[in-house]
Amino acid sequence: MYRIEERIISWITEIAKKISGRNILIAIPSIWIFLFFICPCLILVKISFSESLIASPPYTSLIDWMSGYMLQVRINLGNYMVLFTDEMYIKGFVTSILIAGTSTICCLMMGFPMAYAIARSSEKFRSILLMLVVLPFWTSFLIRIYAWIMLLSPCGFINSILMKFHLINAPLQLMNNSFAACVGIIYAYLPFMIFPLYSAIEKIDYSLIEAAHDLGSSPIRAFFSIVVPLSAPGIYAGSVLVFVPAIGEFVIPELLGGAQTLTIGRLVWNEFFGNMSWPTAASLSIVLLIFVVFPIAFTQRRKEIKLLSRD
Amino acid sequence: MRFRWSNFILFLGYLFLYFPLVCIVIYSFNESRFVASWTRFSLKWYKTLLSNPIILRAAVTSLKVACLSATVSVVLGTMVAIIITRFKRFRGKTIFVGAITAPLVMPEVVMGLSLLMLFVGMEKIFGWPVGSGTTTITIAHITLTLSYVTMIVQARLHDLDMTLEEAALDLGASPLKVFFVITLPMISPAIVLGWLLAFALSIDDVVIASFVAGPGATTLPMIVFSSLRFGISPEINALATILMTVLSIGVIIFAVWVHRKESKVRSGK
Repeated sequence: MYRIEERIISWITEIAKKISGRNILIAIPSIWIFLFFICPCLILVKISFSESLIASPPYTSLIDWMSGYMLQVRINLGNYMVLFTDEMYIKGFVTSILIAGTSTICCLMMGFPMAYAIARSSEKFRSILLMLVVLPFWTSFLIRIYAWIMLLSPCGFINSILMKFHLINAPLQLMNNSFAACVGIIYAYLPFMIFPLYSAIEKIDYSLIEAAHDLGSSPIRAFFSIVVPLSAPGIYAGSVLVFVPAIGEFVIPELLGGAQTLTIGRLVWNEFFGNMSWPTAASLSIVLLIFVVFPIAFTQRRKEIKLLSRD
Repeated sequence: MRFRWSNFILFLGYLFLYFPLVCIVIYSFNESRFVASWTRFSLKWYKTLLSNPIILRAAVTSLKVACLSATVSVVLGTMVAIIITRFKRFRGKTIFVGAITAPLVMPEVVMGLSLLMLFVGMEKIFGWPVGSGTTTITIAHITLTLSYVTMIVQARLHDLDMTLEEAALDLGASPLKVFFVITLPMISPAIVLGWLLAFALSIDDVVIASFVAGPGATTLPMIVFSSLRFGISPEINALATILMTVLSIGVIIFAVWVHRKESKVRSGK
């Protein structure tokens, strides 16, 4: 009997020894992240393998104690099979990738000249110009999308101006298509492109470009053989920062894209709120994460995580 | 002045960034409901906005959630930043850092969905927290903004000169005292910026809030979102103008404060 008590006491003192300020400091955020980030992800995986049910909550449990000593584990792969066979989901992935890809390329084409011009402007104005790029980012996201509804809708700004000058007779269909969704994404994420580009271009030694000019290369050649390769890290970082949030975007395609631009974000939303099919929504999310978001984000983040977690 | 391509490009770029926002502000003062016709200047839409009890109640809810979640997020985020930059390797540090940065790349829809599933599961076991309206939104927003705050504070801590902290420790100050007397004042700009960003993200979020909101808890973006589905409405113009003014003033005050603080440090040296 004494032995057990002694062991319990030594166990408690062992734990008490570990309770230092340092470990408490580590424990508090760790518990938070475990509870509200890791747990939800695990539950998401679990529900993606269950079956849909008309009940509350609307899914079956994976593990059941049957009568006697039978432990039943039911894993349903149907939610994943549906995603790869039903045309709607495949289309959803293709649409999302196309819209996010187009917007990323457009952001790059618009952001590069701007970042270049800011980096080459006089030092005095540079911080103000950069500040002006971020300032719209601080106004509400929804409001920035709303601004484009106001410009593009059938009775919106652009159409009413064109009608007033009799350039068109009937309003143009500018909204509720993938074009509008792209414009919204470009507008919302342009600052994310400009910043990494700026910091890459700023570091380029301008004398290299001058040397190329002196040696007789055309400005275009100098640009593509010097500026572009040297700003490659910025181009890469900016593209990831635009593409990754754009691919899972819900609000922009919902408000600007109209009914036919069904992106993955909207499909997840519809499965959950419309069809009440939690397992399908969960499996869609998992596929989105595993096949699209994580591979892209991982290549970019790996460097940073290494940087962060070093001693 | 000579024509320069770079100025022209900048002009076009900033026109693209600011023209839509300027439109909102201008049309918030239009008396007519329609964009096509400018009748005359009026504050009508501001009046209807401020006498709309649903919007006002949602605004109060949003403000409460944003203030609370930004504050908790800043406290937790500063802790995480200190752990990442100042602590030696411990078991699970890579996982810890990975889990902290992952919400940055998580699509909002996935984050909202997974958190809701957690809350429903918790509700079933503990009878908490779905019943209590805004609690779930606050928790979700803390988790979302924690990574952003951590990034900002951690970048600042990384650049800081550690010798001051080490000197204080060598002279016998406790780690807590070192933090409050030396580290905290030096990272305060990053903490304020982190708070502002967390606040802006929280008061702006519609997707996660729609997923996790408990019964009776409606935030401002949720109302704006549902009214945007029906197209243009001048009240939203007025609301947008107010929000833009408040947030821009906040950011500008912050920028001026940092500028003064830094020039003080420089002149002090």
